[in-house]
Amino acid sequence: MSIYLNKDSKVIVQGITGGEGTKHTALMLKAGTNIVGGVNARKAGTTVAHKDLDGNDVELPVFGSVSEAMEKTGADVSVVFVPPKFAKDAAVEAIEAGIGLLVVITEGIPVQDSAEFFNLSLTKTGANGQPTTRIIGPNCPGIITPGEALAGITPANISGKGPIGLVSKSGTLTYQMMYELRDIGFSTSIGIGGDPVIGTTHIDALEAFEADPETEAIVMIGEIGGDAEERAAAYIKEHVTKPVVGYVAGFTAPEGKTMGHAGAIVSGSSGTAEAKKEALEAAGVKVGKTPSETAKLLREIYTAGEKPAPVESAKEAVADAAETAKEKSGGLVDKIRGVFRK
Amino acid sequence: MDLYEYQARDLFEAHGVPVLAGIVATTPEEAKAAAEQIGGTVVVKAQVKVGGRGKAGGVKLAKTPDEAYEHASAILGMDIKGHTVHRVMIAQGADIAEEYYFSILLDRANRNYLAMCSKEGGVEIEQLAVDSPEKLVKFNFDPNTGIDDAAAAEIATQAGFSPEEVPALTEVFQKLWDAFAKEDATLVEVNPLVLTGSGEVIALDGKVTVDENADFRQPGHAELVDESAEDPLEAKAKENDLNYVKLDGQVGIIGNGAGLVMSTLDVVAYAGEDHDGVKPANFLDIGGGASAEIMANGLDVILGDDQVKSVFVNVFGGITSCDAVANGIVKALEILGDTATKPLVVRLDGNNVEEGRRILEEANHPLVTTADTMDSGADKAAELANK
Repeated sequence: MSIYLNKDSKVIVQGITGGEGTKHTALMLKAGTNIVGGVNARKAGTTVAHKDLDGNDVELPVFGSVSEAMEKTGADVSVVFVPPKFAKDAAVEAIEAGIGLLVVITEGIPVQDSAEFFNLSLTKTGANGQPTTRIIGPNCPGIITPGEALAGITPANISGKGPIGLVSKSGTLTYQMMYELRDIGFSTSIGIGGDPVIGTTHIDALEAFEADPETEAIVMIGEIGGDAEERAAAYIKEHVTKPVVGYVAGFTAPEGKTMGHAGAIVSGSSGTAEAKKEALEAAGVKVGKTPSETAKLLREIYTAGEKPAPVESAKEAVADAAETAKEKSGGLVDKIRGVFRK
Repeated sequence: MDLYEYQARDLFEAHGVPVLAGIVATTPEEAKAAAEQIGGTVVVKAQVKVGGRGKAGGVKLAKTPDEAYEHASAILGMDIKGHTVHRVMIAQGADIAEEYYFSILLDRANRNYLAMCSKEGGVEIEQLAVDSPEKLVKFNFDPNTGIDDAAAAEIATQAGFSPEEVPALTEVFQKLWDAFAKEDATLVEVNPLVLTGSGEVIALDGKVTVDENADFRQPGHAELVDESAEDPLEAKAKENDLNYVKLDGQVGIIGNGAGLVMSTLDVVAYAGEDHDGVKPANFLDIGGGASAEIMANGLDVILGDDQVKSVFVNVFGGITSCDAVANGIVKALEILGDTATKPLVVRLDGNNVEEGRRILEEANHPLVTTADTMDSGADKAAELANK
């Protein structure tokens, strides 16, 4: 298990023909992701050449729209790599088409655009009354379920599969933490983004990790700005039974200055790292002073021994996962893969 | 970006929000001329991006142009909470009958927009929200629908305005919404929104924050940047597209990714506790691809800060591998040559870290020390800054 993304996810890339889209499509394929195509209205009907996990050539179809891509491939995840100017249109298109998971990597989207497409997503609900589209980001590294799939830009070779769930506002801090805890491994690691308006929140991810049987402990990384960490702390106190360790960045940030991320700003006395740390600690979350101390706290909570042996690299993890799946499915996975290689 | 009051006033006027005459002045002479032009009683208002200027003596009534000259002389150059006054606005005197409050802002927690309104304006709104929350109406709305006629009327009615008062307010609220939406604002606040003796509703003082991510479609916003108030190092960094914030410390910081850099500042500040309290000198995020050029530009900005005694380069190789970063550092030091004079502590981790460390060791640059971990690197940099 994992949250939001797994080996069965069928992923399309909006902006697959652009520079970033091309580079990261290759890396996502290498991480084992089942990428079934991409979208670019001006290049509809063409294909792009890539290599899959095993180094085989694949031709990915480029569709004219997200709805066409979904219809032809059964895609349920889209990763957006289009520039800020066009990102809202791309997101609106995917939401209107009813994609299940929309990962918006793009940094620098005007916040009014994000507010508009996020609120649009709330109005498009499915049979259960919940929004059909879950948005991750914008301005995020995306989501990785090591050994299964990557929808985003997180380096897949940092850590393999394991029992830790990670949710973070920051990309590089995600990588740092995955690196520190790579011997234990991760169920899913999700970067929710550093913008003032984001789709999936810390609370959403905590809820999903709590429900995920494979996740045994959770690392939550926050940073200055807003009060998402404080609200997450309240949620943890009420609803999360699994151990959570936290880290907050930005204790030395001055008031009124945006620290890299558009949302990372202390306004007056609100949004400070101190307040977030205090709220988390009041909810029983152990908060590390530094990333390494946070990793140490997680290690202390997570008593090794009876847990599965750590996986060294994503490549092996992918192979292992494929092997296990193959055993279970009697070779069906290979057959499915074969279909997409064509 | 926060705007000055006079910029907010001009922006309101452009969107049809009723405002009084206001002219910005940078010298007492200009202030006098502005007062003559406006005529009658004027208010000389310090233009600073901080609250509490009235209490600090930055807002004065002037009955004559000569008085405006005198007040402007006193206010220009004044320090208000660390902000030097470089401009005053000469504003037409208002005949105030009532003071209200109205604002529209991005509500991060609810991920939509929030309009707030109170019949009791002119006061610290944060204080009102604490003392008498029932007097402050909060109205969340969908960004895709905005404030239409019905919504505006509902806000005014909820705030306790009478049916006779509602139409005039409704019109102003919608114009302020227009300004918010069309200017890519994240905050439009009018405090006070006044009712004059003659029954007009006027935005007397405004605060506006606009979203810099929208600069590509807001060409007019470039003119709103106050270059004179920018730190020279921050301005230099901006020219090179570097994400830099000047701080008051001795350890220069370069890293990749906003979160990791913020974290690096914190770790250096903790390490500094053991080294006579040295602190981080800046925030500098060089982003994902740490090319030699970006690294050289970054180092150049940091070494231009006289306070800096050492530099801590903390990079996690994710997409970019550490050997590329190490090459970037070596080449950057070549580019900078003799201008690089301060010790560098480099910590690399992640993708291809062994090769990265090997490149640095081989280059054996006299200024460069390598560190295995973020914590030890921070400690070393703090130690070197304290020498």
